[in-house]
Amino acid sequence: MERDDLIHDNLYSLSANHDEEHGKAIRKKIWQVTAILTAITIVEVCTGAFIKQYYEGVANEFWWIIKWSFIILTVVKAAYIVLVFMHLGDERKNFKWVILGPYILFIAYLIFICLSEASYWNEVFNGPGSITP
Amino acid sequence: MAQHAENITKEELWGGNGSPFRISYGKQWMWMFLVSDALTFGSLLTAYGFARHQADAWPIGEETFNAMPFLGNGYPLLYVALMTFILIVSSVTMVLAVEAGHRLDKKGVTKWLLLTVVGGLFFVGSQAWEWYHFIHGTHYGSVLTADGWAVVDYVNEGKDLILKFGRGVIVDGAAAQSLFDGATATMQGANLIENEYAPEVPQYANFFFFITGFHGFHVFSGVVFNLIILINVIRGVYDKRGHFEMVEKVGLYWHFVDLVWVFVFTFFYLV
Repeated sequence: MERDDLIHDNLYSLSANHDEEHGKAIRKKIWQVTAILTAITIVEVCTGAFIKQYYEGVANEFWWIIKWSFIILTVVKAAYIVLVFMHLGDERKNFKWVILGPYILFIAYLIFICLSEASYWNEVFNGPGSITP
Repeated sequence: MAQHAENITKEELWGGNGSPFRISYGKQWMWMFLVSDALTFGSLLTAYGFARHQADAWPIGEETFNAMPFLGNGYPLLYVALMTFILIVSSVTMVLAVEAGHRLDKKGVTKWLLLTVVGGLFFVGSQAWEWYHFIHGTHYGSVLTADGWAVVDYVNEGKDLILKFGRGVIVDGAAAQSLFDGATATMQGANLIENEYAPEVPQYANFFFFITGFHGFHVFSGVVFNLIILINVIRGVYDKRGHFEMVEKVGLYWHFVDLVWVFVFTFFYLV
C-alpha cells in the first residue's frame, strides 16, 4: 500500500531536513523569540503586581489602558508561538488561511455575541432600575 | 522549512498529485484537531467572560493569587509567572527538538525531548500546588461582617487583627475587632458551591477548576504523548523512517498547550 505520510516530493514540509548551517540560523531565531516571550511575560507580571486595579476601594481610572495592553501583549505572544514555534509562518499561504480564517471568524463572533449579551444582563441585574432575581 | 520551492504552478499544486498544501496528511489533521480544540478552549474562556461581564464584582488576580511555596503570602502573581515561564521554556526545548530532528540528530532530539517532558511534569506539579492552595484558602479564612465579606489576617507578629475587604480596602484596629466580633458567617477556601475569593459569585471557583483543570489534563496528555515519542526516538524508529516528523506533530500539540496557557494566564490572573 502506498503511504501518503511519507515524503511525496521535495516540496513537502517534512522533507525540509536541513544541514548544520541552516540549523544555526533557525536556532538563533528560536532564542530571539524566547527572549521576546520572556520579556513580555516579565512586563505583564510586573504591571499586574505593582499597578493596583483598586487603591483603598477606589478604581484606577487608567486600568482600561492596562487591561487592553494585557490583551494586545497576549495576542502578540500567541502570534509568535503559532507562527514561529508551530512553524505556521513557514507553511503555504493557502494552509495558513485554512487554519486561521475559520477560527478567527468563529471566535470573533462568539466573543461579540457573549460579551454584548452579558453586558445586557449586567444592566438588567445591576444597572439603574434593576430587578433583583 | 525555509527552503520551500514556491515556483510551482497552480495546476501542479491543485492537480491532485499530492497535498495542495504540500504538507503531510498527519500534520494537516493535527492542525485540524488543534483548531477544534482551540474552539473548545475559546468557548470556555468566552463563557468565563460572559459570567464576568454579567457579575457586579469580580476577584482581582493579584489579591487572590499571591502565595509562594515555603515563603507564604505577599508575592502577587509571582508563582503563576514561574509556572508560565516553565511552560514557555518547555515549549522552547520542544522547538529545539524539532530542529534537531530536521538535522536527523537523534542525540539532540532525545536530549531536548527529555527536557520537554521534565518541564511538563514541573508544570503539572505546580498546578497541583496551585489547586491545593486555592482549595485550602487563606490562612485564617473569611468572615461575613456588617460591611460584607472580609479576609481575616493578623499583622505585627500575629498581634493585630486586620480585615481585608478586597479592592485594596483594609480595616484595622478597634473597628476591625468590632466588625470581627459581630460576624455572622465564616468561610474558608474554595469548592464547587462557595469560595471565599468571590463570595458573591460562586461560579468563579467553578470556572477556575474547570478551565485550569481542562488545561492541566491537556498538559498531562501532552507529557504522555511526548514520552511515547521519546521512547520511539530512543528505539530508533525514526532513524529507520528517514525523518522525525512525529516529533513535529507532538510538538504542535505541545505548543498548543502553551498557547492556551498564555490566554488562561491573561484572563484569570492579569486582567
